[in-house]
Amino acid sequence: MNRSTHRTWWKTATGLLLTGIMLFPVYWMLNVSFTRDQDMRKSPPDLFPAHGTLAGYRTVLDEQLPYLGTSLVIGLGTVAVTVALSAPAGYALAKLRPRGGGLLSFVLLAAQMIPGIIMAMGFYAIYLQLGLLQSVPGLIVADSTLAVPFAVLIFTAFMSGIPGELLQAAKTDGAGALRTFWSIVLPMSRNAVVTVSLFAFLWSWSDFVFAGTLVNGGPHEPITLGIYHYIGNNNQEWNAIMATAVVASLPAAVILVLAQRYVAAGVTAGAVKD
Amino acid sequence: MNHTTQLPDRASVHARKGAAATAPPPARARSPRRPTSTQWAAWGFLAPVALYLILFYAYPLYRNLDLSLRHYTVRSFVQGDAPFTGLQNYRTVLDDPTFAPALLHTVVFTAVCLFFQYAIGLALAVFFNQHFRLSATLRALFLVPWLLPLIVSASTWSWMLNSDSGIVNAALNLVGIGPVNWLTSPSWSLTSVIIANIWIGVPFNLVVLHSGLQSIPNSLYEAAALDGANAWQRFWRVTFPLLRPVSAITLLLGLIYTLKVFDIIWIMTKGGPAESSTTFATWSYQLGFGNLLPAFGPGAAVGNLLVVAALVFGLIYMKVQRKQALS
Repeated sequence: MNRSTHRTWWKTATGLLLTGIMLFPVYWMLNVSFTRDQDMRKSPPDLFPAHGTLAGYRTVLDEQLPYLGTSLVIGLGTVAVTVALSAPAGYALAKLRPRGGGLLSFVLLAAQMIPGIIMAMGFYAIYLQLGLLQSVPGLIVADSTLAVPFAVLIFTAFMSGIPGELLQAAKTDGAGALRTFWSIVLPMSRNAVVTVSLFAFLWSWSDFVFAGTLVNGGPHEPITLGIYHYIGNNNQEWNAIMATAVVASLPAAVILVLAQRYVAAGVTAGAVKD
Repeated sequence: MNHTTQLPDRASVHARKGAAATAPPPARARSPRRPTSTQWAAWGFLAPVALYLILFYAYPLYRNLDLSLRHYTVRSFVQGDAPFTGLQNYRTVLDDPTFAPALLHTVVFTAVCLFFQYAIGLALAVFFNQHFRLSATLRALFLVPWLLPLIVSASTWSWMLNSDSGIVNAALNLVGIGPVNWLTSPSWSLTSVIIANIWIGVPFNLVVLHSGLQSIPNSLYEAAALDGANAWQRFWRVTFPLLRPVSAITLLLGLIYTLKVFDIIWIMTKGGPAESSTTFATWSYQLGFGNLLPAFGPGAAVGNLLVVAALVFGLIYMKVQRKQALS
């Protein structure tokens, strides 16, 4: 495109402005997290933390670390369950083409339409009977339902692109389906594994519905409940609430910086797929 | 994964390439029968997910249906001996004075959020589709609101919209508008949660529509420019019509997602004050978990109505996708 540098300069400025407006709430969360207690109710509020304090973050470290730890365990567990279940399924749907595979894909799409709150109620009824309420494995299983259908569809789409000759060659060399999957398909699908893991982790880290229904009040509560209780018990120390929010957002920030293209790929693949 | 390969038009190219090089693509193509051993292997790989779907989707859904057809108390919930009452819970829900407002709020919330998320997302996508310095970086930054845990976004908005100390009222004060009780007044609570939810949904629309824009060939714009079309005409005559398939998918997915929004509303207003921001999703949760004396049966009934609505739109979504995949 032939655009003078003058004109693109204005576009960059406009882009910066739009991004600034969009990200203002994020900035505000940061700003409030550094604000002193006595400045919290100031009117108008300070636009930047002139008298910045780390008191909010000290409170986080004192009170929220166990919640963060639980969230980390649950997030990693969800990733493991999701990848272990969906990568083989994606391989089968993409390359082995079983009878009934179309129906399964249909069910997976439909599964994504079910509101989380409904699933939560069903899980609650089941876990109550099984004694799985307030347990970490129970929450991992429930959280994995957020990601598994999406993950199978991502794996299927990705593995469809793996050249068939490669798999044919492996077969000629005497590799069975399992070996082909493990030594060829899985290593080649690294990008899909990364994308799926990112989303599985992020969704379970952010989950509030399952946490609020299945492990509420128990010994292992994730950070979403940590923040929720914090708001409920105390609506004065907003610097500490926002500091917790900042810390809880860190995985998202890290993921965005390190793996932006996987995120974009995941967002679009989730919406527009053949 | 290259996200552009996911677009419908590119995807068909991609699939054709695959067809030339290898076996026919799996999607919808009637493949020749595979030998039985391959079938066994395939179902060996699929068995875990199939079992998973039965245990962790079908069974919870069945339990939820069962909940909605019985009369539960806390005691019978534990002992599992609740009497079967047929559609009584659904009748209770339909006769409930909350039903009409919840329906209205769900429709308004969904429609208004969808419209603004799409309109803002599309405008931003068109803007960021231009070439300028930092374009890609800024577009990536737009993803932040979508990636944040909903509890974080909801609590941030709660504080920003706080009546006394919120930045929004402070800004309105500067232009001479008196304090608005965003979250505590029944006339504003729905607007507040809509604003927060639009903010969260814009990035998704931006990213999907942007990748849709990229698949529109540049030559079309050049041709339109040669014909003397101005920027506005190029948008309405070229961009908008060619984007229609992607727009349809984006809007349908947005519809399905918005219909089930729960976290934002619950965290910001709990559906209140006086049920002024109650939707089906929060109402269902309120009935089942929000009170000391849970009404699991009616809660499940409301939830099932929501499932039916989501599945209706879900089926439309699948129909649209299939049509696009074939075309």
